[in-house]
Amino acid sequence: MSTLLLNIPVTQYMFYFLSFVAILCGMMVVISKNPIHSILYLILTFFSIAGHYLLLNAQFLAVVHIIVYAGAIMVLFLYVIMMMNLNEKDEPNKKVFLKIAAVGSAGLLLLTLVGSLKGAEKMVAAAPLNTNVGLIKNLGQTLFGEFLFPFEISSILLLAAMVGAIMIGKKDPVK
Amino acid sequence: MLIIWSFIIYKAIMCVAVFAVALGIAAYSTWWERKFAGLLQDRYGPKRAGPFGLLQPLADGGKLFFKEEIIPNVSNKFLFILGPSLVMITALMTGAVIPWGRPLHLDNGDLFHLQITDLNIGFLYLLGVVSVGVYGIMIGGWASNNKYALLGAIRASSQMISYEVAMGLAVVALIISSGGSLSLNDIVTAQGDGGVANVCWQPLGFIIFFVCALAETNRAPFDLPECEAELVGGYHTEYSSMKLGLFLFAEYINMFISSAIMAAVYFGGYNMPEWFENLYRGSVSLDTFALIGMVCFVAKIFIFISVFMWIRWTIPRFRYDQLMNLGWKVLIPLSLLNLGITALVQAWRNGLF
Amino acid sequence: MNSTGTPIDYLPIVLMFLVALGFVVTTIVATHLLGPKRKSKVKDAVFECGIESKGNARFPFSVKYFLVAILFVLFDVEVIFMYPWAVNFKELGWLGIIEMFTFIALLLVGFYYLMAKKALKWED
Repeated sequence: MSTLLLNIPVTQYMFYFLSFVAILCGMMVVISKNPIHSILYLILTFFSIAGHYLLLNAQFLAVVHIIVYAGAIMVLFLYVIMMMNLNEKDEPNKKVFLKIAAVGSAGLLLLTLVGSLKGAEKMVAAAPLNTNVGLIKNLGQTLFGEFLFPFEISSILLLAAMVGAIMIGKKDPVK
Repeated sequence: MLIIWSFIIYKAIMCVAVFAVALGIAAYSTWWERKFAGLLQDRYGPKRAGPFGLLQPLADGGKLFFKEEIIPNVSNKFLFILGPSLVMITALMTGAVIPWGRPLHLDNGDLFHLQITDLNIGFLYLLGVVSVGVYGIMIGGWASNNKYALLGAIRASSQMISYEVAMGLAVVALIISSGGSLSLNDIVTAQGDGGVANVCWQPLGFIIFFVCALAETNRAPFDLPECEAELVGGYHTEYSSMKLGLFLFAEYINMFISSAIMAAVYFGGYNMPEWFENLYRGSVSLDTFALIGMVCFVAKIFIFISVFMWIRWTIPRFRYDQLMNLGWKVLIPLSLLNLGITALVQAWRNGLF
Repeated sequence: MNSTGTPIDYLPIVLMFLVALGFVVTTIVATHLLGPKRKSKVKDAVFECGIESKGNARFPFSVKYFLVAILFVLFDVEVIFMYPWAVNFKELGWLGIIEMFTFIALLLVGFYYLMAKKALKWED
């Protein structure tokens, strides 16, 4: 049954559908006037990307994507947005110079992305579609075997992030 | 294609069945909560609507449907409606991975699995859905544009994310001691047929999980987000009609589902004590055996729901700093300790010493 | 069955979502149609225990909630790293335990720092 689903074009339709949702929501993140709406669209984008992971059978990655990005980081974003003063009358006027700079830097980013993707059509998939590499069991064996050192380094990175968060978020009492 | 369609239809039947059961049990939990409160406080509880007040949940639901829908004029209308919808949807989605019983045998020889889907990463799916559930409350409270609602929403979300960490650590310890599968069906089966309930190896982990479940469902003594003495109604201050009903109902569904999870992963789910199983095994058909298991599972869930209520009507509410201290300074170190002990004990059980 | 999970396992999740969505939409539409509608300016104002509301609820709140959210993200990522270990506990043996205890020790250093800086102290 499962191989049936993998071989018929349903997977392809799902891919196009999820890509459409991801790109549409990604654009809505930028277009929406209300920052809370932007965040909700971003969450939808994350969900569609998790759907892509599922199509590749990277189940662990998909659910981690939802737990960490949609469930944790976006809550943080939501806090930040809610902490800002969202009254429209306080909305600062953006200078023309800033707008031009934003467009310019976004254009440069686009150029970089297009440039890096130009050679991508020659790329071949490293593994067949119905791979089990993304399952938690196999992923764990790779992570704790081959990638042991990066894994331990990541804990130092997280420690550094923790220190940084406290430095920013917590003032030392005035003596 | 035929196989796919029959698969979809059979799964759709399961989805609707789980949905109906969740709604039914949630509705009658409200009745049982009041009866139970009456029992504890030496009074009757609902008794006018139908025999023993059994029609009370229907009357309440009907009343909520016919109440006026008020949307504050300064609120963000779309987000205001989205909030309770998200809370309800995430509450219902959690039921998808719970194994309700042993598979039934159909006439054509197929097995009818009493589980909507047996995910490879079932437990992580649950945590994922729970972590998304925070948005409903946050968005609902913020969109009301009411100061009480905002404070309630921030409290609720902050509380839920704080207790998610300790819950995750308790789950890691559970996975280690139950044999290394995240699939809920595997966890439950491993406890039957000669295995013992996970709570025997994870007593501390169970207590941590239970406390976190209380906090995640915003039940007393962790119901600060809707603390009426300080915050009127908390995040649902501005809600009325069935939108309020969705918030209240979702709380009971969450309570039901978290009771089901605890009964399944810590207390063996549909498995029965061995002496009890031996009374029936062999003398009844496999399907009857599966049904007895289901009844046993429901009984365990019922006990947990009653404990939730017992706690609500016994223990006073925490103060907010106490709540945060319990979450961060007690439960997280305790669950790390539990994880360390579990790892060493399991290493011993695996014969590493 | 579980060692080889496939994407089709997730199809029922979509079905469950559709069932839940259908219920929520029906409920919201039904309650919108069934309830009475008597609007008035006072009734539609936000509830503030009868006192006239001043300003709105779009104000900054305590930075501590923000700190809790940041710490949650960090701890959540650390807990996520532990799941692949828990699943492979038997296969990894002592090596896995040592690796993970190092990881947890670094986590505890961070946790100790939180305590020493009183970052989680709710009152000050």
